[in-house]
Amino acid sequence: MQPPAPLRATRNRRLMWLLLAISAGFFGFGFALVPLYNTFCELTGLNGKTGGPVTAAALSGRPADTSRWVTVEFTSTVMPGLPGRFQPQYRRLRVHPGDIINAVYLAQNLSGQVLNSQAVMSVTPEIAARYFKKIDCFCFKHQALAPGMTRSMPLSFFVSPELPAEVHTITLSYAFFRVS
Amino acid sequence: MNPAIAHDEHHDQPPRGLARWLFTTNHKDIGLLYLIFGLTMFLVGGLLAMLIRVELFEPGLQILKPELYNQLITLHGLVMVFAALMPVTTGLANYLIPLMIGAPDMALPRLNNWGFWLLTPAALLLLAPFGLELMGIGNGPIDTGWTIYAPLSVQSGLGVDFAILAVLLLGASSLLSSINIIVTIFNMRTPGMRLMKMPIFVWSWLMTAFLLVAVFPVLVGGAAMLLADRHFGTSFFSAAGGGDPVLWQHLFWFFGHPEVYILLLPTAGILPHILSTFARKPIYGYRAQVYSYWAIGVLSVIVWAHHMFTSGMPLGAQLYFMYSTMAISIPVAVLFFCWIGTLWRGAITFETPMLFAIGYIVLFGLGGLTGLVLADAVADQQYHNTYFLVAHFHYTLFGGPIMGVIAAAYFYLPKITGRMYNERIGQWHFWLTMIGFNITFMSQFFVGLAGMPRRVPDYALQFADLNMMSSLGAFILGASQLLFVYNIVTTWRGTRDKVTDRVWEGAQGLEFTVSSPPPYHTFTEQPVVA
Repeated sequence: MQPPAPLRATRNRRLMWLLLAISAGFFGFGFALVPLYNTFCELTGLNGKTGGPVTAAALSGRPADTSRWVTVEFTSTVMPGLPGRFQPQYRRLRVHPGDIINAVYLAQNLSGQVLNSQAVMSVTPEIAARYFKKIDCFCFKHQALAPGMTRSMPLSFFVSPELPAEVHTITLSYAFFRVS
Repeated sequence: MNPAIAHDEHHDQPPRGLARWLFTTNHKDIGLLYLIFGLTMFLVGGLLAMLIRVELFEPGLQILKPELYNQLITLHGLVMVFAALMPVTTGLANYLIPLMIGAPDMALPRLNNWGFWLLTPAALLLLAPFGLELMGIGNGPIDTGWTIYAPLSVQSGLGVDFAILAVLLLGASSLLSSINIIVTIFNMRTPGMRLMKMPIFVWSWLMTAFLLVAVFPVLVGGAAMLLADRHFGTSFFSAAGGGDPVLWQHLFWFFGHPEVYILLLPTAGILPHILSTFARKPIYGYRAQVYSYWAIGVLSVIVWAHHMFTSGMPLGAQLYFMYSTMAISIPVAVLFFCWIGTLWRGAITFETPMLFAIGYIVLFGLGGLTGLVLADAVADQQYHNTYFLVAHFHYTLFGGPIMGVIAAAYFYLPKITGRMYNERIGQWHFWLTMIGFNITFMSQFFVGLAGMPRRVPDYALQFADLNMMSSLGAFILGASQLLFVYNIVTTWRGTRDKVTDRVWEGAQGLEFTVSSPPPYHTFTEQPVVA
C-alpha cells in the first residue's frame, strides 16, 4: 500500500536500514564461521583434527588397558616447495590404550638455507581423532633447520582408553609446509 | 482489469545523451541498462565458451596454452553467472516490478542508479588482466575455476586480486538492488494489491532478494579473508598457518548453492506469466507456487555441502546433505506440476516466448533429474568433476534461467519497444538453440559417464568423437544467438509492426494496461486493483 509521500519515505528508509543490518549480520556470520568451523571440527574429529595439547595428568586414575592392542601408523607428506626430507622413525607401533608413547620423526634440510617448516596433523579414521591425545608434539610450533641439518623431532601422546572397540588401527598423517 | 490508468504524457522528458544514462533514477532506464549490459556480457561469455570448444574440438593442444584455457573456463563461469545472468534478471525486476505492482518507480531510485554503476566496473575488473598481460603486467586473469578454491587461489597470480575486488563490488551492487526490490515490494504496492495477489514474478523476486541479502555477504566475507590471506599475512585458508582450505569451500558454497536459486527463481516466476498468456488460462496453483518459493529458499541455505562430497566428510554429514538436497526436488516438482497444470487443456499457441518457455520446462527438467543422480553421495564419487557434472549444470543454468530470460525478452520486447519482433527469426532462434544446446551437452553427459574429467584442455583419444560433436553443437548454439541479437536490434529500431497495449491476446496484469512502449513515467496516479 502507498501511504502519503513523506510517511512512505520514512518507511522506505527504515526498511532499508533493517535490511542493511541483516546483511551486515550475515557478513559477520561469514567470519563467525571461522572459529565455529574449527570448534566443530575439533569436537567431532572432522578432518582428523585432534585439538591442542593435553597434560599427562589427564590420564591420572586411568590405568592403561593392557588387555588391548592398538596399532598406530605414521605417515608424512612433504608439500611442494619444501626442500627437505621428513619421515617417521618407525612406520608402525603397537600400543596399549592409556600408555604414554614417545615417537620420533626425522627431519633433514636438503637446501643451503635455513628452513622453517610447520607440520599439520590429521588422524584417520576421523572417529578416532578425539581419542588421540598429544602431550607434546613438534607440530605445536614452527621447526627451524639449519642448512644441511638433520634432527629428530619428538612426539609424545597417548590413546584414550575410551577409544571405541571397533578401532584397531589409527593412522597419523603429517603434512609438512614451508613457512616464510 | 484496470480502468483507472491515466496515459498522461508526463511533463518532464528524460535528458538527452550520456547524462540520461549516467544519472538516471528511472526504473525503466536502469532496467534497460541492466538488460543491455547483461546481453553484452552474455555474448562475451559465449565467445569465451566458443574458444574453449574450439580447443576441445580435437584431442591435443591446438590453439590454447593450458594456462589460457584455465583462464577462459574461469572467466566463462564468472562472467555468465555474475555479469550476464544476474544483471539480466535484475534488469527484468527493475523494469517490470514497478509496472506489475502499480508503483511510479522503485522505492530508492538513487540507490538503484548506484547498484547498476557499481556492476559495470566489476565486470571490467574481471576482464582487465587480459589487457594488463598484453602490457606485460601480471600473468592474465583469474585461472582457478569459478569456485576460486583455496589453496590455489591463495597462490595464484594477479588475476585473483582483480576477481576478489570484482566480487566485493558485485556484492555491494546486488545488495543495493535486492534491498531496493524488497522495499519496493513491501511499501510501494498499489491499493488493493495484497501480498497474495501480487503477480507471481514479483513473489519470485522477493524470495530471490531475501536470498541475496542473506548469502552474498558471506561470499564477500570469504573474499575479504582470501584477500587478507594473499596480502596481509593471515591464514584463514592456509593449513601451514593453522587455517583450512576446506573452510573456503564451505563459505563459497554457503553462497554458491543459494546462488543457483537466485539465478533460477526470477525465471521460474516469469514462466507462469508466459504459460498462462499463451494457454489463455489463469495461472494454475498460484499459492502452491508461492509456498514452493519459500520452501526452496529455506532449503537452499542448508544443503550447500553436497558440492563437497568428494572433499571428505563423515558419513553422517554425507547422509544429511544427500537427503536434504533430494528434499528440494519436492517443491521444485510442485512448480513443474503447476506449470504443466497451467498448460493443461489450454488454447495453446506456440509463439516464440511460449516455445522458449516449453523448452525451459524440458531442459530444466533434465537438469533437475540428473541433479538427483549427483545428489546421491555414493554416485557422486564417480561423477563429480567429470563432464557429467558440466552437462548437468548447463542443463539447469542454460536450460532454466537463460531459456527463461530469452522467453521473457521475446515476451516483453514488444511491450518495451512498442513493435513486434520478427516471429520467423524468433522460431529459427528457438529451434537452433534447442538443437545446438542438446547436441552440445547431451554429448557431455555421455563423455562424462565414460570418465572424462573437466577443467582439462586435453583428453584421451577415446573421447574424441563425442567432443567433436559437442563442439559442433556449441557452434550452432553460439551462432544462433546472433539471430536473437539481430531480432532485438531491428525491433528496437522500430521498423516492424506496432503492437497494442495488451500485446498478446491472453496477457494479464497491470504492465499490459499501460501503452506500448510505456511512457517514461507510469502510474503517477495509483491504479486500483479489485
